[in-house]
Amino acid sequence: MNEMRLTEREDVTMAESKISARGVQVYYGDNHAIKDVDVDIQDKTVTAFIGPSGCGKSTFLRCLNRMNDTIDICRVEGDIRLDNEDIYDKRVDPVQLRAKVGMVFQKPNPFPKSIYDNVAYGPRIHGLARSKAELDEIVEKSLRRGAIWDEVKDRLHAPGTGLSGGQQQRLCIARAVATEPEVLLMDEPCSALDPIATSQVEELISELKENFSVVIVTHSMQQAARVSQKTAFFHLGVLVEYGETAQIFTNPRDPRTESYITGRIG
Amino acid sequence: MAVGLITLIVLLIGAAGFVAGRSRALTTAGGDIRKLHSLPGYSGQAVLVFAVAPALILMAFWLVFQPLYVETRVAGMIDAADIAEGSSQNLVMSDVRRIATGLDAAIGQGVLSADDLARIHAAPDDIRSRLGEVGIAVGSDIRPGVLRAAEEYRRVTGMLRGAMSVAVIGLSLAGAAFAYTRLSPEFRARNVSETAVRMLLLLASCVAILTTAGIVLSLLFESAHFFRLYPWQDFLFNATWNPQFRGGSDLGILPLLWGTLYVSFVALLFAVPIGLMAAIYMAEYATRRVRSVVKPLIEILAGIPTIVYGLFALITVGPLLRDYFAEPMGLGNSSSSVMTAGLVMGIMLIPFVSSLSDDIINAVPQSLRDGSYGLGATKSETIRQVIVPAALPGVIGAILLAASRAIGETMIVVMGAGASAKLSVNPFEAMTTITVKIVSQLTGDTEFASPETLVAFALGLSLFVVTLGLNILALWIVRRYREQYE
Repeated sequence: MNEMRLTEREDVTMAESKISARGVQVYYGDNHAIKDVDVDIQDKTVTAFIGPSGCGKSTFLRCLNRMNDTIDICRVEGDIRLDNEDIYDKRVDPVQLRAKVGMVFQKPNPFPKSIYDNVAYGPRIHGLARSKAELDEIVEKSLRRGAIWDEVKDRLHAPGTGLSGGQQQRLCIARAVATEPEVLLMDEPCSALDPIATSQVEELISELKENFSVVIVTHSMQQAARVSQKTAFFHLGVLVEYGETAQIFTNPRDPRTESYITGRIG
Repeated sequence: MAVGLITLIVLLIGAAGFVAGRSRALTTAGGDIRKLHSLPGYSGQAVLVFAVAPALILMAFWLVFQPLYVETRVAGMIDAADIAEGSSQNLVMSDVRRIATGLDAAIGQGVLSADDLARIHAAPDDIRSRLGEVGIAVGSDIRPGVLRAAEEYRRVTGMLRGAMSVAVIGLSLAGAAFAYTRLSPEFRARNVSETAVRMLLLLASCVAILTTAGIVLSLLFESAHFFRLYPWQDFLFNATWNPQFRGGSDLGILPLLWGTLYVSFVALLFAVPIGLMAAIYMAEYATRRVRSVVKPLIEILAGIPTIVYGLFALITVGPLLRDYFAEPMGLGNSSSSVMTAGLVMGIMLIPFVSSLSDDIINAVPQSLRDGSYGLGATKSETIRQVIVPAALPGVIGAILLAASRAIGETMIVVMGAGASAKLSVNPFEAMTTITVKIVSQLTGDTEFASPETLVAFALGLSLFVVTLGLNILALWIVRRYREQYE
């Protein structure tokens, strides 16, 4: 009886959460980088990963779309499920997975192509548009979602590398959004940007959560507090605490979390 | 005094200045180097620079201008009567120079004494046999005017040489003394040394530039000479290459230019795809272990002398192509063909393309790869659509560099494609290139002033223009597109 109620409850969490990770271990060669992490990431929510440098938050983020596969010495163990499907299953094609789980990187990395081609890159690869008109539509919609349409609509065929840093990052977000992902992973998306560009990107993140599940790694606790609903605190490869952002910042349960957010460690 | 000896003395003065300057710097600071503006070694270097640099510069200029001065002075002494029929002032002057060196050698070896020299005007015929004894052969009998000029030449040269020794060594000593007396704890020897290093580096880069300028000028002058003897319209537009040693040759560059471009094109047709794909494999797919073996192996190809490639073309590739392709297809029966040379040259060029492209592909930032993988692109999609376009300017630069190499290649063409100048599109026919013809025109036994020989310079100039154009194009492409990523 007791056991049955337990399984029932787990089913409920499964349905709510977009990604659920259980017992995730990551090794870089002999280095045990992530130790036994369990996390449930909810749909249409911004989840922030915070923690000092080298705590494994970026590594864990890169497990969620199997970007760690491109690193030879990296080994991932444990169970990560997207919509209740094991993403490390042999039948799953990491390339398809990455179309569903988009990623935005720390440094803006537009391709050396035009703004239009940057955004159209994903849709072209995955065959999302049947005609040129449809592709134009996808590009415009993505650039609008990336909150950069008004700034670039007159120069869609200018090189993407000619934009300012903040514009480049929003272009990269638009590019990631264009493949219609279900989850958007952001690895310190504002660390190379100035305060004005940062606030623009943060605003954008808040809008993106209407359609996507967003996971953001950040060094800035203020940023985590501003944009996220859920916060996970990592320390030395361990997930120390995970909960509502407000609770983590006002009433942390773990003394290590409290030390970090008050600035005593990190 | 000989130039080598003067240089050695100047360097010795410099070395002594270095030691003296260093110890003086220490003395002026009372043995405490913390009081010095610069470390004692720099003071030594400053003295060394002042002792050596001005002296050597003076000597260089002296050596350039002394012969000019002597020539003009001596040339005035030769009357029109001394210049024989069919000869020229230049030829007589070269006789004067040779007699002067001959006299020096004769005195040096004891064949002639200084007294003999004084009496020599009495028997100018005698001098010819005397010079013959020391290995200087003079064509005709020596006219008294020429002999006087030679003696004057010898006297002025000897005098100036002596003056130069004094001036150079004196300047060296003066420079060393000047710098030595200036030494004090406040003396900014470090900055002097910095300037000296900068000048040295500047000089080194000037040598390369001046050499290029020199090569171009010599090509230009000789080509101008050629075009006075042979009309440039014929050279550029005549479709026949048929040099005759008796004269009346057809010296049209078209067949040679065609051969050059055809062979290079075939070579690039092999080298570019293979080299590029090898580069992509090494940069993107190969594991570190494979790469560390494969890359040096490919680069070995670049180290093989081209004559060895030529042998390979002559003995292996040529007959193979003839027996299995040209003859069955009825395209020819010559083992020397454009295809043979092009194929072998292509193999030679693979490492040029692959090695450079590999470096360039590696220089594409990892962030671009991550961005593409993060959007769900596969490895080959990423390579085709992101990495190769980003690396393209550099890759084109590499290809054009390989093209310059192909155009300038000689040995493989001689042994692979033959030496007959033809305008044909059949790749299994023997053709030849500009470089091969330069060699054969210069190694013939025609006299040097004939158009058949001088055409080599015009060919060289054309080749230079073509490769220079390619290099400029390569530089322009690389510059134009270089800042696409970053």
